[in-house]
Amino acid sequence: MRIVLTVNGAVREVDVAPVARLLDVIRETLGLTGTKEGCGEGECGACTVLLDGTPVNSCLVAAAQCAGRSVVTVEGLGSAERLSALQEELVSHGGAQCGICTPGVLVSAAALLSRGGVPTDAEVREALAGNICRCTGYQKIVDGVRAAAVRNAAAARGAS
Amino acid sequence: MLPSFSYARPRTLKDALTRLSASGAHPHAGGTDLLGCLRDGVFDAREVVSLSDLAELRGIARTKDGGLRIGALATLAELARHPDVVSRYPVLAQGAAAAASPQLRNQGTVGGNVCQRPRCWYFRGDFLCARKGGELCYAENGENEYHAIFGGSGCHIVHPSDTAPALVALGATAVVASAKGSRRVPMEKLFVLPAVDIHHETVLAPGELVTEILVPPPPPGARSLYRKVRSRAAWDFALAGVAAVVSVADGKVTNARLVLSGVAPVPWRVPGAERALAGKPLDAASAAVAARAAVEGAAPLAGNGYKVDLVRGVVEEALTVLATPATPA
Repeated sequence: MRIVLTVNGAVREVDVAPVARLLDVIRETLGLTGTKEGCGEGECGACTVLLDGTPVNSCLVAAAQCAGRSVVTVEGLGSAERLSALQEELVSHGGAQCGICTPGVLVSAAALLSRGGVPTDAEVREALAGNICRCTGYQKIVDGVRAAAVRNAAAARGAS
Repeated sequence: MLPSFSYARPRTLKDALTRLSASGAHPHAGGTDLLGCLRDGVFDAREVVSLSDLAELRGIARTKDGGLRIGALATLAELARHPDVVSRYPVLAQGAAAAASPQLRNQGTVGGNVCQRPRCWYFRGDFLCARKGGELCYAENGENEYHAIFGGSGCHIVHPSDTAPALVALGATAVVASAKGSRRVPMEKLFVLPAVDIHHETVLAPGELVTEILVPPPPPGARSLYRKVRSRAAWDFALAGVAAVVSVADGKVTNARLVLSGVAPVPWRVPGAERALAGKPLDAASAAVAARAAVEGAAPLAGNGYKVDLVRGVVEEALTVLATPATPA
């Protein structure tokens, strides 16, 4: 079946099999390989993307369910040339080790930061509860996310 | 990729129910349990029927009688943050918030959370267990630290939902529809023990779908709470938990409903503990008596005796918290 959806701001029309997961469409059909498949059963969060602005596990979303909806993958958060504040802070805080969980962590954290303000450590940890890091680097991730929130808040004050 | 099936996205509930009446048809709401079951071969689907376009199954709204109508497609995230749920039914908001991970709460629905298949590792794994049509419950003499201490007979699954115990405690009713019509089933009667039907967790007949859940107005003086114990601070199923709804008038308990999670094949009501509270002040003493009554009749397996202590502790703790005047109604 053919479906039309918005991916990282661009309208895309794709042919999807009934059995395809959103993750398959993102990686195989659209070639956006930033999104990773970890467990494939909703446990690890490596495949997290934004669906209509909220984080979901793309391995548990049927592609056919995404007709008319908006998807943002890690590629939509920033680029290698132009990192977002969140991406820069995760880099500078050492919040990435092997990197497999990083795209999902960034997407979940971006959703948290889009609410504005500076979240507490506990709020960051709750927002990232569905993103498992097996390098056990959680504290540096939390530090990076909070630093990005501080930067974003300062930028928002400067802009107003 | 998943095993092969056809996919339908009906525009009307009537069409959806007609399609669901066919053998091998499965409803698709959030899909967080369905896709995992199909992937792991827990069951096969000939046709997957998407409920995505059925707007009448969405939404959370106050009813005329002062209760709540929850569409089966309301997500757990919506339930956890809905102002009316948070303020008037804390037990339900807390249950929804305690389920799964943020990603799964954004996608998973209340209808699906209530009707999800059990997480027993033999049931989900490559074992033809009694629930899947085989002869044995492999947990009975196997690895059973996460299994039932109540209500297991021939099968020792625990019911995995955090919202179902809250809905039972609140006296909610499920509206169940099929191509033949609709009926109302009290949440307490929705679930079945393996002694009654070892192959199903609910009384839903083939082709029946939970379309909405109706919650009565909170009783006057009611305080409520969901307490969940798990192996880590977030994103895990309950080792044991309790949904507690307790009404207090003139310093005495007038009504109490206590429903355990994570310890039985169904949300497990503990009438003995409820009776222990009736007419007593809600305090540390009555909490301790009720907690002891809550574990009466427990039949732990070799690996899960710790759950008996856990239930006693979680019930006592929940009631003690509810007894403190600062607890919001």
